[in-house]
Amino acid sequence: MVDKISNTSDDLTIAGLSFKSRLLIGTGKYNSFKETRSAIDASQSEIVTVAIRRVNLGQSPDEASLLDFIPPEQFTYLPNTAGCYSSDEAIRTLRLARELLDGHNLVKLEVLGDPDTLYPNVVETIKAAKILIKDGFDVMVYTSDDPIIAKQLEEIGCCAIMPLASLIGSGMGILNPWNLEIIIDKANVPVIVDAGVGTASDATIAMELGCDGILMNTAIALAHNPILMASAMRKAIESGREAFLAGRMEKKPYRASPSSPVKGLIK
Amino acid sequence: MKIHINGNIKEFKGIKTTPEELIIKLNLNGKRFAIERNGEIIPKKDFNKIYINDGDKIEIIGAVGGG
Repeated sequence: MVDKISNTSDDLTIAGLSFKSRLLIGTGKYNSFKETRSAIDASQSEIVTVAIRRVNLGQSPDEASLLDFIPPEQFTYLPNTAGCYSSDEAIRTLRLARELLDGHNLVKLEVLGDPDTLYPNVVETIKAAKILIKDGFDVMVYTSDDPIIAKQLEEIGCCAIMPLASLIGSGMGILNPWNLEIIIDKANVPVIVDAGVGTASDATIAMELGCDGILMNTAIALAHNPILMASAMRKAIESGREAFLAGRMEKKPYRASPSSPVKGLIK
Repeated sequence: MKIHINGNIKEFKGIKTTPEELIIKLNLNGKRFAIERNGEIIPKKDFNKIYINDGDKIEIIGAVGGG
């Protein structure tokens, strides 16, 4: 995104890599790989998350894969640890991902604590982050909206802090803007909202708070028209970012201020 | 020999095989994947250098859609 007024670029920088788009999208829950790709194109996202799973052994040699539709050469892949409930599982998954993607180090760490809420287990997350960073990974980390944990993850060396706005896949929106603001205020690395956005206005609210980006999957994939929603999310994020940079007017709850001149009224 | 692959037991002729041979037997050649043997990653450069033996636990993983 280019700031049209000052003509300076407003890139998102993560672990030394620059991105024009502040929208990161997941590739799960789409009806087809073709639809996944069309949504990514409409979103203009540059970073896409993928999961790491056992390959299907019964497949035919010409069966298409996600990588055929979203070539890793064209996008920045962000392999995740979705489904991992311990630091050991998460570390094992990301080491395999690095081998799969020829030494690619930028990863999304998430260690879950509960299958019903998919709430992060921050103790296991911190444990895994320390080991992964020591092992040379650039760790973008999914976490709760606890400002102290967020700060600790930054101090360990995580390259982006990714708090939830509400539960993964819930579409409940930005439930605790106050905590997100505290995290943003204290952080010296990008803060990316990583769960809970349900529609475009949620994304705008998060960006207006000062988030550096948003990672979403379900809000786009489960929209009635995912490709149109991907486009809406792109605009919502650009809009929220520009509003944040512009700086909103002061709120004056008990006193109106006329926009038209008070002088020269026809009497 | 019997090898555990992705949680299933598969039976093959012979007493050992390389990862490269195994991939061909499984019709996975040309695909992108990573392989782990008994919890240790086998680097791609070693696919024709090391052997998988009877009873080994093999994981073959790839990237799929996810958020």
